[in-house]
Amino acid sequence: MNYSSYIALIPLLPLAAFVLLGLFGRKYFNRSAGIIATLLLLVAAGLSLYTAYQYFFVNGKVGDAYQSITAVKFTWLTFSENVSIDMGILLDPISVMMLVVVTFVSLMVHIFSLGYMKGEERFATYYAFLGLFTFSMLGLVVSSNLFQIYMFWELVGASSYLLIGYYFQKPSAVAASKKAFIVTRFADLGFLIGILILAFYGESLDFNTIIHNLTTQQSSQFLAITSASFIGVSALTWGLVMVFMGGAGKSAMFPLHIWLPDAMEGPTPVSALIHAATMVVAGVFLVARLFPVFSINADALSVVTIIGVTSALFAAIIACTQTDIKRVLAYSTMSQIGYMMFALGVSGYGGENGLGYTASMFHLFTHAFFKSLLFLGAGAVIHLVHSNEMKDMGGLRKLMPITHISFLIACLAIAGIWPFAGFFSKEEILLAAYNKSMVVYVIALVTSGLTAFYMFRLYFSIFWNKEAAVHDHHHGEGTFSMKLPLILLAVCSVAAGFIHFGNYVSSDGTALASAFHLSFAAAPLALGIGGILLAMWLYKTANDKPERLATALGGLYKAAYKKFYIDELYLFITKKLVFNLIGRPAAWIDKNIIDGLMNGIAAATGWISNLIKTLQSGKVQNYLLYFFGGIAALVIIFIYIWKP
Amino acid sequence: MNLSILLILPLVFSLLVLVVKGQQQVRSVALAAALAQLGLSIYLLMQFLSERAINNAAYLFEHDHSWYHALKIHYHVGVDGISVAMILLTSFVVLAGVLVSWKQEKMYKEFFFLLLFLSLGAYGFFLSLDIFLMFFFLEVAVIPKFLLIGIWGSGKKEYSALKLALMLMAGSALVFVGLAGLFFNSNVDGSHTFDIVQLAANPLPADLQRYFFPFAFIGFGIFTALFPFHTWVPDGHSSAPTAASMFLAGISMKLGGYGCLRVATWLMPDAAQHYSTIIIVLACIAILYGAFATMMQTDLKYINAYSSVSHCGFVLLGIGMLTKTAINGAVLQMVSHGLMTALFFAVIGMIYDRTHTRQVAQLGGLLKVMPFISSVFVIAGLCSLGLPGLSGFVAEMTVFMGSWQRAGAFYHTATIVACASIVVTAVYILRAVGSSIMGPIKNDEHLSLSDAGWHEKTAAVVLLAGILIMGIAPFWLTDLINPGTEVLMQKIGSIK
Repeated sequence: MNYSSYIALIPLLPLAAFVLLGLFGRKYFNRSAGIIATLLLLVAAGLSLYTAYQYFFVNGKVGDAYQSITAVKFTWLTFSENVSIDMGILLDPISVMMLVVVTFVSLMVHIFSLGYMKGEERFATYYAFLGLFTFSMLGLVVSSNLFQIYMFWELVGASSYLLIGYYFQKPSAVAASKKAFIVTRFADLGFLIGILILAFYGESLDFNTIIHNLTTQQSSQFLAITSASFIGVSALTWGLVMVFMGGAGKSAMFPLHIWLPDAMEGPTPVSALIHAATMVVAGVFLVARLFPVFSINADALSVVTIIGVTSALFAAIIACTQTDIKRVLAYSTMSQIGYMMFALGVSGYGGENGLGYTASMFHLFTHAFFKSLLFLGAGAVIHLVHSNEMKDMGGLRKLMPITHISFLIACLAIAGIWPFAGFFSKEEILLAAYNKSMVVYVIALVTSGLTAFYMFRLYFSIFWNKEAAVHDHHHGEGTFSMKLPLILLAVCSVAAGFIHFGNYVSSDGTALASAFHLSFAAAPLALGIGGILLAMWLYKTANDKPERLATALGGLYKAAYKKFYIDELYLFITKKLVFNLIGRPAAWIDKNIIDGLMNGIAAATGWISNLIKTLQSGKVQNYLLYFFGGIAALVIIFIYIWKP
Repeated sequence: MNLSILLILPLVFSLLVLVVKGQQQVRSVALAAALAQLGLSIYLLMQFLSERAINNAAYLFEHDHSWYHALKIHYHVGVDGISVAMILLTSFVVLAGVLVSWKQEKMYKEFFFLLLFLSLGAYGFFLSLDIFLMFFFLEVAVIPKFLLIGIWGSGKKEYSALKLALMLMAGSALVFVGLAGLFFNSNVDGSHTFDIVQLAANPLPADLQRYFFPFAFIGFGIFTALFPFHTWVPDGHSSAPTAASMFLAGISMKLGGYGCLRVATWLMPDAAQHYSTIIIVLACIAILYGAFATMMQTDLKYINAYSSVSHCGFVLLGIGMLTKTAINGAVLQMVSHGLMTALFFAVIGMIYDRTHTRQVAQLGGLLKVMPFISSVFVIAGLCSLGLPGLSGFVAEMTVFMGSWQRAGAFYHTATIVACASIVVTAVYILRAVGSSIMGPIKNDEHLSLSDAGWHEKTAAVVLLAGILIMGIAPFWLTDLINPGTEVLMQKIGSIK
């Protein structure tokens, strides 16, 4: 079957769910909304899997390289002859992979929410927003045009805003939704400027054309963008770094990460979908999409590496100290995305050099499964204990066996323990880093040890530590619809690692042999196991060791616990500086000076007219006097002053 | 198609309003008038598109008749794609305006009469191909506003009405100087003319253009909130009754933008290039400074009024940049802002009617008690901050892309400054939404409030339809206005 005959249905089915439930859900489908949306998404997921099969195994390959296929394309808005927004569906290894990831995780979240969100007053609205998000995310990954991706980029941001603010009566949720939108909007400003720069010099918005124009060394576009510069940096670097700024905002990279932990105010399944598996990796996807251009610009790649590796370590340190389980997971997401980001940064283009690229996409793929599993597991736990705080949990392994086992699998996966999925993808990233830069490799290694520690700190605190405080046995793990996604995702968290990913996804489309050596895996494995054992020693049973450790670490612990005061810094800049030094003066000047000027003119006019009024005395003699005076004045003007 | 029908129709209906008796009859007539106008403007669009396929004249459906021979004033009407777009916008806003005023009780007859009379002025303005006729209709559109605010307004309405009328009159006076300059310096076969087609074909010498361009541009600019002559906007809007606010922001401010384009830039292209830098600077100030000023407002109407200053800055920026794409963007922004701001004022009016406050601090949690109104408010907000799929995105991005096409550090910097407003806009919109629509309910009396009635829902749906059509399928609109812009671009030539 030809792609173009059905491929548009994949994003359009969730859109249909949004329109249907958004318009009529509250009134007619408030109870059946979940089933309707889930069924529509099931079809979309099936079509995605079918597409992946067709693409990877039947007709995607021409020669020995996977091709990029434009299945759908129409002009949406024309700016000038060669610059237009075309809506299209571009199929290449990464977009097909993302189709599967997005529809699958979204389907799991839809199913999980059937139980988790049951009885909510705005049940239909919730599913409508999920549909909107899924549509936007699918549109984003299949974009064939730089501006198309920006549009869907904004749309995922808006759906994220709506879903974080789902509990709209909670002030913290409202604040978090605003923060998420505004911080990512600020980053998107960079993205927009980057698009303007790249489109201006690249003379196109179409991905294939712009990549071709900007990577062909002799093309006029390439010469123009590399010769133009601003404060000593070439326009190409500016364009790419600005685009990356957008990606860093969406992917919660340091220092634009501050919105992600707060975004946990949204319903937990939403966090699993948007803030773990799909939307937050959009930044990585964006860099991967433009990777041929990034790969010819070492400066931009260094920025990507530095930001990525900083975020990975920084977030891992904070994650060790947080007590809200969703926030731990949020920081862990940030840290793992940091891995994906610097993997791209250390990568080259084509053949063996492209290992980092493949590793990054591989980690994106495996991470989607185990991280959404962690969030859904956390959701099941929160559903039971009605709290996000670790101190309210403990000893839950007997109460919720399925959640316990699946959560353990996910923890092992993220900690990089063989044979779980995270092991394989992380090894590749470490190898790519090792080949390029020792500093990056060492930081990545330390981070992987920290990851194992904080994940098992979480695991032991939830499922071991003390006796269960909850005695609500009939409630247990919730409905079947909540258990099924956990089981399926757990299976994927093991199986995904055994895919020979390099055969399918690589920087130039050709197969990349797995360069994995057992000897190389020794160090990260040892660190991982060490981290787990340390967490076990500290948290398996209730004791005062963690507290003593925290006291011993003193200032470092406090700083990490307070997230290194980045939020406070931002608050100072926005609330104190922007509001008081720009906003307030602008409003004041407008009210007093500019409007004052206008009122002043009016008052002056009134004053003058009052003066003139007295001239109209009604006495003919006076008028006669004015008349002759006027004539005299005119005569003087004409004779002495006016010289045409 | 005979364009005069577009003028006769509102005139006849506005007179009919004066004749019929009772609130029910009056508002039915007004609604019929608004529906007929919408139907007519859609018919005009259809006719225009099919006619243009076979006729590539610059203006279609022209009708030229000498009106006052001594001063060579002609009744000369005709449309290009830009005017058709503006006429469509007007008919959408008029229909929504009549619908939200459905419950008008105080002096309803005069109220609807003035609304329809205003629409007459707007249609006439957009149809005119004679600058004197255009000026005539501009004045027709100003005076009803003074009365609408002065009589049906709220707050410090006398002050606002007077301020608005005086500032707009000052604008008109400046425009008139510009028109007189154009007229007396024109030379078509040895005589003067007010005719736009002829003036465009025989432009003034460049040095004379430089004298008269500022008058025309600033004069029309006052209507569209050109910095620093924007201060009538906040007070005028906030005191006006809902429908008048919608007309004021949705249509009147567009008269200014259209005038800046059609009269100042169209007829004096050399001067437009000469003053381009100044226009861009003023537009950027309006955009960013307007946005920051909005951030500090606490009254919903003031928020929307100041944001209009910021958004209309995009219109002026597009005109100032003088690239084809940027000017297309300016026209798109006029249409988009017209629809969006009318929708915003409509929902603010609905909220005010129920809660009797517009202070953000006193509202809160409205989504719970009035889901329809609140959802529309959120959508209007998202449109304002440029969410793709809604009209604002299309317009703003076209302006940005067009502005960036003008090469040079100054123009690129100006574009970045304008782009920066998307962040500030997000801040003030989300603040307004966050504390009035979301959050806990602050006033228990609000718990018993009702959601929108049928007429309010219909009004919102009409405007939402416009916003969505433009946001989802913008290509037909750009195709519509593009030939008009190309006519202008031939005169401006390539800018390097």
